[in-house]
Amino acid sequence: MKELSLHILDIMQNSIVAGADRISLTLVEDSHADLLSFRIEDNGKGMPKEMVQSVMNPFVTGRTTRRVGLGIPLLKAAAELTGGGISLSSREGEGTVIEARFGLSHIDRQPLGDMAGTMLGILTSYEDIVFIYTHRVDEQEYTLNTQEMRDILGDVSFSQPEVMLWLSEYLNENETALYQK
Amino acid sequence: MKSLADLEAIRKKTLDQVTLRKDEDSVRIVVGMATCGIAAGARPVMNAFMEEVAKRGLENVTITQTGCIGMCRLEPIVEIMVPGKEKVTYVKMSPEKAARVVAEHIVNGNVVAEYTVGAAE
Repeated sequence: MKELSLHILDIMQNSIVAGADRISLTLVEDSHADLLSFRIEDNGKGMPKEMVQSVMNPFVTGRTTRRVGLGIPLLKAAAELTGGGISLSSREGEGTVIEARFGLSHIDRQPLGDMAGTMLGILTSYEDIVFIYTHRVDEQEYTLNTQEMRDILGDVSFSQPEVMLWLSEYLNENETALYQK
Repeated sequence: MKSLADLEAIRKKTLDQVTLRKDEDSVRIVVGMATCGIAAGARPVMNAFMEEVAKRGLENVTITQTGCIGMCRLEPIVEIMVPGKEKVTYVKMSPEKAARVVAEHIVNGNVVAEYTVGAAE
């Protein structure tokens, strides 16, 4: 993966496959603590204890089509390369929480990349899922809750061209604003 | 700055125009978004499809994601399903190729043969 946002996209797909209808992503860039971290919390079907312990192993996957799964091992390797790491907790029937921490200024930390594009793709593809996305950069932050959008839009689909264009601009404006002092 | 309040206006506007479309009449664009697809560049491809469809105001097109199709070395892979026609599988896609597929295949009905899995094999 070239960007951290691609890892985020990949890990969120796990939540979707687990049948979650509510996924929250909290992304924090804290220059004082020299830390970039993100936390993805879902209410999917969760994993049994043995699976949680073994899921860091690339030869373990929940899929039945083939026997390797690389999403979490790749994220773990990327985090550890920067002096960080990942943690995972899960309860069957309740959901899963995964958190990744990276050294913000570490030379090996991948750039965060296109968060607006990541969120746009996932929000419009899975309209039935409520996403709560918070991105904080030091003192600035914004939150997008798709339930609020749904309440306003009613039956109009997120993938309507007008809505998609609006969402794209909304995300891009808010992401850019986070980095303006 | 855009605000959530804009959505109210968009809703009113689109509700006026949109005649309820049935899923079976719509063209489907399916982008492979598993670990392999994402690593190979599926996200910018998907965003390019979304942008192109939105720019052209194509109402009868839906874009969805799927998992690993099983040909990881040919990712990013995109399948196009036009009602009444055979499914077309495009491989090693890029945002530029996506724009051309929308223009030639979805708008004009001509499959871009050189990007298909048949041409790659």
